[in-house]
Amino acid sequence: MSAFVEAAPPLLNASRFRAAHEADWARLDVLLRRIEKRSVRALSEDDLLALPLLYRTTLSSLSVARETSLDRAVVDYLEQLCARAYFQLYGVSGSAWRDVRHFFTHGWPAAVASLWRETVVMAVLTVLGAIAAYWLVRSDPSWYYGIIPEALAGGRDPTASPEALRATLYKTQSDGLGTFAGFLFNHNAQIAIFAFALGFAFVVPTALLILYNGLMLGAMIAVFASKGLGPNFLAWLAIHGTTEMFAIIVSGAAGMRIGTAIAFPGGQSRMAALVQAGRTAAVAVAGVVLMLAVAAILEGIGRQVVTRDASRAAIGLAMLAVWLVYYYGIGRRHAARASQ
Amino acid sequence: MRRALRNSPRQDGPATLRRGFVTPEGVDLQLELGGAGTRASAFLIDVVLMLCVLVAASLGLFAFAVAARAELAGILWLIGAFCLRNGWFVLFETSGRGATPGKRLMGLRVIARDGARLTGGAVLARNAMREIEVFLPLSFLGAQAAMGTADAFLTIFALLWTGIFLFFPLFNRDRLRIGDLVAGTWVVQTGAHALAADLAMVDDRPRRAFPEAALRLYGEFELQALEDVIRGRDGLARTAVAATIRRKAGLPDDGDDDGFLTDYYAALCARLESGMLVGRRQTDKYGAAR
Repeated sequence: MSAFVEAAPPLLNASRFRAAHEADWARLDVLLRRIEKRSVRALSEDDLLALPLLYRTTLSSLSVARETSLDRAVVDYLEQLCARAYFQLYGVSGSAWRDVRHFFTHGWPAAVASLWRETVVMAVLTVLGAIAAYWLVRSDPSWYYGIIPEALAGGRDPTASPEALRATLYKTQSDGLGTFAGFLFNHNAQIAIFAFALGFAFVVPTALLILYNGLMLGAMIAVFASKGLGPNFLAWLAIHGTTEMFAIIVSGAAGMRIGTAIAFPGGQSRMAALVQAGRTAAVAVAGVVLMLAVAAILEGIGRQVVTRDASRAAIGLAMLAVWLVYYYGIGRRHAARASQ
Repeated sequence: MRRALRNSPRQDGPATLRRGFVTPEGVDLQLELGGAGTRASAFLIDVVLMLCVLVAASLGLFAFAVAARAELAGILWLIGAFCLRNGWFVLFETSGRGATPGKRLMGLRVIARDGARLTGGAVLARNAMREIEVFLPLSFLGAQAAMGTADAFLTIFALLWTGIFLFFPLFNRDRLRIGDLVAGTWVVQTGAHALAADLAMVDDRPRRAFPEAALRLYGEFELQALEDVIRGRDGLARTAVAATIRRKAGLPDDGDDDGFLTDYYAALCARLESGMLVGRRQTDKYGAAR
């Protein structure tokens, strides 16, 4: 039989626990709401100092509540409170400016330098493609139409006269330069990101993309060389091509890194190897996008302004030297230090 | 890959989206992962927002092109379109909130699976992978629309191949998309909610006393189910539960279901708690019967 008793309600451990700590939890909740609404800068100095202490108090409350309390509302509440505090304390990077500076001084060059093996493979693929296409087109010009799509050729095909080809190299146009550079950047950068992402499919599509890039290069060289314009074409290409080709090769190398990490994880678990490869390679790809921006400026504006072969080649080689020093001079040291 | 997925902490019973996540202090936070539907909705919201920004910026630049300099407007549009497509997710996710506007609306957040800081490299990696997850299938669909049924067989093959990337989250327990896999990230549900009132401490009104036999019927599982019923809004369920408890414990019906349930909850909670403190836990009613 149930009977009414006038006695005080049973004072539960859970209720006493709530009464003792609720003020701390509520304060942490208020601080977190303020950070989530605006940012950490919305907190006063006192609040900022209190935040880690409140977090630890609440975390220990959660441990105690799980072991001693049957009040699930408290456990649920503390779980979400601790998770939110954890994200704010451990999950967020400190200063955006420091991150950006670190990217330029350490992250970017070190990431590219650590991809050197893959970069060599992709460079070899490009050169092989170029040699193969050059040989094919020189022995039978009809191969050209199988390699270069008509829209891209723009009249630069084996039937064009030497004068027409020479005009494509030295003709300068004054308007639309900037738009052209913008278009080149948009197109090339998207392709570079694509080549990286395709590496996930065991590198095969990435390698094909890089090989095709080499084939196009070789076919173009063959057309110009057959009309005696080989060196002129190379100078025309070099001013931006050293930067652009290098960038595309690095993006292929980044894709190759994630693909090989899945296929051959080595001593690590497959997931751990993939994550390590993916994070490094993605930083390299961010660098590739910046390289392509430089290349687009060189191609869209520099090449139209500079028309002498010697200066074009000199600028191209200078850019290549800058990239090599940046990656394999500065970057390699950081990469070596990071791996120690 | 399969083996590593299986290594993540596993719950007993049906597959849930709760995952163990141990902080440096050694406490398991038991995070809840975002479900496939929630994440798809968040992505769609982001796409719609991006389209709105694109349309608004295009109109603005068009007005600028007509009024002043067409070339500059063209350059800005080309660079802006690239930054919007690739930068939207990256910028919002590297910010302190760890979420795009769509994710924020759905209460989601990106975190690193190893518990460390979410680095720029991880955010870049997970979003660069959208290229093969979303844009690759779309481009094949676009090619199909442009060419008609010229090479239907090839298109079907291409769609199947890219479908693996697109629907990857449905094929693993952690709902990881390829970007999450490569970047080592998780998308978790984070909702701020207030502390619910203490059921055992309602007021100073007189309470029912229950015989020991009536309290010995149930364990912790039933106590928490009872908590849900009391907090829920379903009056019919409360009546049914109150009737069941009375029948099992052999108590008379006093006509006040809500008061009865609250008092029974407090009394049961007190009994189970005192047992727990001396090391006698009763997890459910079967444990109680033994």
